[in-house]
Amino acid sequence: MTKNSAVAGEDFPSTPARRISSYLYKNAKVRLRLLIAAPVFWLGLVYIAALVMLLITAFWTVDEFTGNTKVNWNIDNIVSLFTDPLYTKVTLRTIGIALAVTVVDILLALPIAFFMSKVAGPKLRNILAISVLLPLWASYLVKAYAWRSVLSNTGVLEWILKPLGLQTPGYSLFGAAITLGYMWLPYVILPIYGGLEKVPSNLLEASSDLGAKTFTTVRKVIFPIILPSIIAGSIFAFSLTLGDYITINIVGGPNQMLGNLIYTNVGTANNLPMAAALALIPIGIMFAYLGAVKRTGALNNL
Amino acid sequence: MKLNKAKGLVAAVAISLALSGCSAGAANTGGTMLEKLGKNEKSLTLLGWPGYAEDGTNDPNTDWVTPFEKETGCQVTFKSYGTSDEALSLFKTGQYDAIAASGDATLRLIAGGYVQPLNTALIPSYAGVYDFLKNRNWNTVDGKSYGVPHGYGANLLMYNTKVVTPAPTSWDVVFDGASKYKGKVTAYDSPIYIADAALYLMNHKPELGIKNPYALDATQLAAATDLLKAQRANVGEYWSDYLKSIQSFETGNSVVGTTWQVIQNSMSAKSNTASILPSEGATGWSDSWMVSSTSKHVNCAYKWLDYIDSPKANAAATEYFGEAPVTNDACQYASKGFCDTYHAGDAAYAAKIWYWTTPISKCLDGRTDTKCTDYAAWTKAWQEIKG
Repeated sequence: MTKNSAVAGEDFPSTPARRISSYLYKNAKVRLRLLIAAPVFWLGLVYIAALVMLLITAFWTVDEFTGNTKVNWNIDNIVSLFTDPLYTKVTLRTIGIALAVTVVDILLALPIAFFMSKVAGPKLRNILAISVLLPLWASYLVKAYAWRSVLSNTGVLEWILKPLGLQTPGYSLFGAAITLGYMWLPYVILPIYGGLEKVPSNLLEASSDLGAKTFTTVRKVIFPIILPSIIAGSIFAFSLTLGDYITINIVGGPNQMLGNLIYTNVGTANNLPMAAALALIPIGIMFAYLGAVKRTGALNNL
Repeated sequence: MKLNKAKGLVAAVAISLALSGCSAGAANTGGTMLEKLGKNEKSLTLLGWPGYAEDGTNDPNTDWVTPFEKETGCQVTFKSYGTSDEALSLFKTGQYDAIAASGDATLRLIAGGYVQPLNTALIPSYAGVYDFLKNRNWNTVDGKSYGVPHGYGANLLMYNTKVVTPAPTSWDVVFDGASKYKGKVTAYDSPIYIADAALYLMNHKPELGIKNPYALDATQLAAATDLLKAQRANVGEYWSDYLKSIQSFETGNSVVGTTWQVIQNSMSAKSNTASILPSEGATGWSDSWMVSSTSKHVNCAYKWLDYIDSPKANAAATEYFGEAPVTNDACQYASKGFCDTYHAGDAAYAAKIWYWTTPISKCLDGRTDTKCTDYAAWTKAWQEIKG
């Protein structure tokens, strides 16, 4: 191909591929539609429609004899979510654990992220960033089983706490909260670190020059700027805990969370409609939460 | 934008309606019994518990599928499942020719018409099977046999010999006496465990009138549920994964609770555990191979059923899994002491086992004046017990 012919396109014979390409070149609207067709197909049909199809079964029932799901519109499942003491109890427990995990993770993540972004030098910062990310590369199950061994009666925690006259929390809700807090910590550190990176250091210096004490600077300067990032991190910790059912099985002792109820309804009970109804709870909670934090701009920091 | 969303929703509803229409039409009538065997079809798809059809992929020395393939020309594809409920939903797809199912799934398979009645005359090795495993209410309905046995075992009571003293002889230690080991009691994590509580009540609270732990009316189920709710306060954790149970006993997080013989065999000597069949008897399982009512490879399936009950294959399969074989002739092929450890053929031992059976609303103990609670009710009760 010479330089001349490449510039003057008309020299080429008209092939179907070339005709399509020139048509797309002239019709910007068609081009745009084709380009967004793939993501729209994925999001709309594969993702949202599949989800809606699943959730809509919440309004159906299971045929007692054959065990098949049958279309019989009713709201019994939804009503029982609010009237059955089992479901309200487990929902409250799940929200409680999710809140605890979120708060603890934020309290742990704030100093770590601050140190990473404002105190550590570039080299140490890289090392810290890798250390924070490292657990994310290990399998979820490996981490859960590692904590199972840590929390056990003969585990490391017992060995450390015994001289202090304390005991390992063992397999319990507390043990599950610790494990979940560990699992989601990187997801909280990273957005907060990102938020702190955006705070210009000279702002802190200015605050100090104007006579503000450290705590006042944190409260009045840093906190308002990174609040959206903190909320972004909280969304991760909160939503991931809401949906968990494996960790609680491995280190939670005899306790169950919403995820376990959904799982037993799909697996053991073969009651897909009830499972779908239960799945609406975390979805509802997350929608309410996202709606509440939308104004803070947290969603731009995810 | 609003309009588009609404359109999408309508489309989604339409698609889901169409799909559910298909699945609702899948129930069938159960098929008819095979009169005589024909030519082998060359292919066979099996569904079973892990370790029920080993072809040497997991362990080159463990292979009883390849000899079968060579002998019959039926190429075997095997898929394993983790729980009876998973088995049910997989088998319903109609992709499998035969399934090894426990008694808490078999009745559901039969009632749903997913398996066909068997002509046991076409399965020569069936004659050698222990009589106490034949024509039982988990494999036979209305006089028709739907499954041939694969192996059986009991849910035993395991305890830590250092902690639990004196040595228990009764399930009492995990129920009324459980508070002594608060936080260290373990139990099997499935609605079917309610039968363990019912068995205990059957022996200790005769006024409830429980005759079969799988046939509970509403009052009896409530009594069993109350007993398990009281037990829940002392439970350290529930288990369904047997590796998790082994670890709990080894670390001392669990000191007493339900177990299987295979778990006891896996325990290291320094973990100080022993397992017994308590005086009340125990629940247990007896697994059956059943043939799909829509199978296109019926001849190969019959050949497999015959093969798995033949002494050599049955010895290999049951020893690998850790359960009793179904025929006495298997003992000569198994390793020494195997049949004694698992009490193979010990009818008195077997009589103390109440094999897992799906609870259904028609009472399994023959009562007709009342309705019994079905598996759905048990599942709901189990969720409430765990709280």
